[in-house]
This record gives sequence, structure tokens and C-alpha cells, in this order.
Amino acid sequence: MATTTLAEGAGGTGTVRHAARIEHVSKSFAQPTGQQLVLDDITLDVAPGEFVTLLGASGCGKSTLLNLVAGLDAPTAGEITTDGRPALMFQEHALFPWLTAGKNIELALKLRGVPKNERRGRAEELLELVRLGGAYGKRVHELSGGMRQRVALARALAQESKLLLMDEPFAALDAITRDVLHDELTRIWRETKLSVLFVTHNVREAVRLAQRVVLLSSRPGRIAREWTVDIPQPRRIEDTAVAELSVEITEQLRGEIRRHGQH
Amino acid sequence: MASTETSAVQDGDVRDEKSVKEGGGDLAGLEAGLDALDTVQTGRPPFRETFVRKILPPLVAVALVLVVWQALVSFEIVDDPSKLPAPGDVWGEIEDAWLQGTLLGYIWTSVSRGLFGFLLALAIGTPLGLLVSRVRFVRAAIGPVLSGLQSLPSVAWVPPAVIWLGLNDQMMYAVILLGAVPSIANGLVSGVDQVPPLFLRAGRTLGATGLRGTWHIVMPAALPGYVAGLKQGWAFSWRSLMAAEIIAQHPDLGTGLGQLLENGRNSSSMSMVFLAILLILVVGIAIDLLIFSPLERWVLRSRGLLVKS
Repeated sequence: MATTTLAEGAGGTGTVRHAARIEHVSKSFAQPTGQQLVLDDITLDVAPGEFVTLLGASGCGKSTLLNLVAGLDAPTAGEITTDGRPALMFQEHALFPWLTAGKNIELALKLRGVPKNERRGRAEELLELVRLGGAYGKRVHELSGGMRQRVALARALAQESKLLLMDEPFAALDAITRDVLHDELTRIWRETKLSVLFVTHNVREAVRLAQRVVLLSSRPGRIAREWTVDIPQPRRIEDTAVAELSVEITEQLRGEIRRHGQH
Repeated sequence: MASTETSAVQDGDVRDEKSVKEGGGDLAGLEAGLDALDTVQTGRPPFRETFVRKILPPLVAVALVLVVWQALVSFEIVDDPSKLPAPGDVWGEIEDAWLQGTLLGYIWTSVSRGLFGFLLALAIGTPLGLLVSRVRFVRAAIGPVLSGLQSLPSVAWVPPAVIWLGLNDQMMYAVILLGAVPSIANGLVSGVDQVPPLFLRAGRTLGATGLRGTWHIVMPAALPGYVAGLKQGWAFSWRSLMAAEIIAQHPDLGTGLGQLLENGRNSSSMSMVFLAILLILVVGIAIDLLIFSPLERWVLRSRGLLVKS
């Protein structure tokens, strides 16, 4: 029953109504003490063009869930369907240091089968999109943390997936850069009409970015609650509405964490 | 609220909140500013600094050794020239060999053998290393033997190689291969083992699996370890060759540096022995400095892995 399926665009069973469909997915890992259940019966849909954040404390299995959706690992039970192969962005930029910024993007294009004579132009377009027009020939170590994550975003966009998975991509950045990249990601998401599944442990970040916030409980990860965020974009992290919802979600999150101290 | 809004505005002029939030020119300007602040300026240090910090110390060390050597002879602490010849005598030996036109011949005989043997070892060691690192069964089967072979002195292979192949160049190459192939293969194996798993995951999400993954991700990621293996492989090639040349004497083999050393011993000419040892050392270092060190530095520098001291 445990499967990860790629529904191939419109060619398959009629129109695809979701960018990702996660149905009753569980995942356990073998531990010396026996099987440890990490994810328990997760059901979650991401609509085309939707921005969903997965929020949770450590040990809630949010990165595990992302790996399952990315197809890097298989669920123990349940089914995951995605519209094509999703792109994935990590907390570390994961750019290849032996290639320049531009060549990193071109590698993604090449592996997707884009003809050689189109790659250079497309890579430069993508760098323009993340406002790094001059960085084509730059080595990875010559770029700052924020610039690396933008190149990584451009490389993920080069896959032309309908779904972008992001695993705490801004967690290692300083607050000023992170704030700017929030604006940037929001802008790009609206321009490209991508679906985004964004994992974070930062409540404000989750509210700042998402149309829907999904809170996971920890050990095992279960969906604890969902919020629809109807604060109009563009938002700022300091907005009162963002702050108010963040307080409410933080209370719930703390409640989830507290339960673990009571055993 | 107002203060945070103005932080995104340049030139101090106040714009309406909408345009700031939309992040048109302002976000772009903000980002350009951040990028400029964060970018590290790198450049090569001036030659003077390189000279004082990198080139001068080894020159001083060599000069010191020469001074001590000359002192040992001048003050007759060692007064037997058949035990320790004067630096001048060894220099005279070099001059003679140069004037007779044989010096470059000695060097070329050995260097051409050494480099050709090394290239052969490269051609065999690379696929072997890939096989060991990527195929679990092969690794379990020959991995330990391969790393164990590194500690076997290659001079041990000279007697069997002479018996199998006779006194000829093939025997020399066999000894070089047995010395260098394990180093090169092991370098590649440890290079592959040290590839960060993150690169493999990133590669897989981009669609680089199987052979494409090996070619686009694993091989380039393993390059630093591989180059370190090549460096060691050259050192082992050179050592193996010298062992083979010293032991295997035959008129058909010509005179390489190893034979020169053995000739010096046979004619009890300590200055010729010293000359041969010096040349063996200098050639080994020169090849490393001219080929392998620049290669290694280039690989590391282009990845930002060269730590500036």
C-alpha cells in the first residue's frame, strides 16, 4: 500500500486537482529499541498554486515528511501523489562547489533535458528572477549566505516543477537577510504560480508566508491543527495581524510540547 | 511600524506603504545593498608577502643544511671523504656529468619511466577505485586488501617481477603499478566516501541518479580526495621505480638514477652516491611541485577550500 506516485500532468487520469496529495501516510524507522513511529496517519493536500507551511517542534517529522513527498524515501503506509517530480530546497544551500552559480543552474536544466544552446540563456533568466543577474560566473564560496540561497532557489525553479518543497531554507540566515528573502519568495511565488510546501519551526515565518499553516505534533508527528491565513499579501513580519495569529499558534504549539513533559 | 518601513526605503524619501511592500525597486535596492555588504573581497597576496612567508623559509633551511655539511668537512669532524664528501666534490660530480652530457640522460631515463608508469597506474587505479567505492560486493571482497597493499613496501615486488618478466622495462612498470595503483584507487575510494550526503540528495532531486549521478555529482565531489591519491600515487611510483632500478642491473636497461646510485656504490665513489640521492630527491620534489601541488591547489582554491594561513 505504501507508494509514492508521480501523476504525469494532464496526460493521466484527467485533470490533476492537487499539486501534492498525502493520504494516510505513516513512517517508522527501525531503532535498536524496535520500530519508532515518526509520522502517524498524515493526510494533507496542497492545491495548485497554494502556499502551505508545515510547522512543528523538533521531532515532529516535518523534514521526514518532506523527504517522502520528494521521493527520497518511501512511506511505511499510505500513499503520496505529486504532479510531476517536486523540486526541493534544503536548509543548507546544497550548491555544488565545483560549479559556478550559473553552471549549477545549467546542471539542473541539463538533467531535465533542456538542449545545450538554451541552457545559458535560461540560467541567466533565472538568476535575473532572483535578482542575481551578475552572479553567473561566481563560485559558490564567493557568494554570501543569502545569495547562495537565492541561487539554490533559482536552481530549484530550473526544474520547472509544479511543486516546490522547502526544508527550513532560511533558518541559517541572519534576520535582516531572512526578512528580505521572505519578500523575495512571496514575489516569486506570486509570479510563477508555484505550489509551495514550506517546512519551518518559526511561527512568524509560517504566518508571514503561508495561505495555510499546518501544525504537527511531535513523536509521532500528527496533524494537530490547521489555520487558513487570510491576511492579505504582501505582509510584513511585524504586521499586527501576523503577530496576533502567531501568538495563537504559538500557544497551541507550546501546548503540544508541554504534553511531552508530562509523561 | 513606521521605522521598519523606512528601513526599506532608500534616499530617505518616504514612499507609500504599498510600493514598499510590493518590493519593486526598493526590494531590489535593499538586496543589492545586502549583497554588497556581504560579499567578501578576495585576491592574491602580493609577491613580496608570498616570498617572505612561503619561499624564504625553505631556502634558509637548505642553506643551513649546506653550512652544517661544509662545517663537518672543514673542521674535520668527519675527515674520511669516502664517508662524507665535501659539498664541492658533489657539485664537481654534477658539473662533470653535465659537461659529459650524461646528467639529463640519467634524469630522463628515470623520469620518463616514472611518469609513463604513473599514467598506466592512473588508467588502472581510477576504474578500480570507482568499482570498489560504488559496488558493495567488490568493496567487501578487495577493499581491505587494497588498503593493506599500501603498507607493503614495493621493493618486495622486485624479486617476483624479475622472475616473471626478466630484466627489462616491463618489470619496472610492473613494480611501479603494484606500488601506485593501490594509492590511486584508495584515494578515489576515500574521496567518494567523503562526498557529503547532502550533495547526493540534491543530485537525486535534480534527477542525477545511477551513472548520471556518478558522472555529474560523485566524481566531481570526490575530486579533492582523488587528487590527494594521485599525489601519493606519484610518490609511490617514484619510490618503487628507484627500488627496481637499484636492484635490477642490466646493460639493456640504460642508466637511470637508481643505477647511478648503485654504480657509485660499486666504484666506492661517495660523491656519486650523494649526487644520485640528491637527484632522486630533487626530481621527486620537482614533479610534485610542478604538477601535483598546483593541481591540488587549483582544485581546492576553486572550491574555496584553501585555508588562508
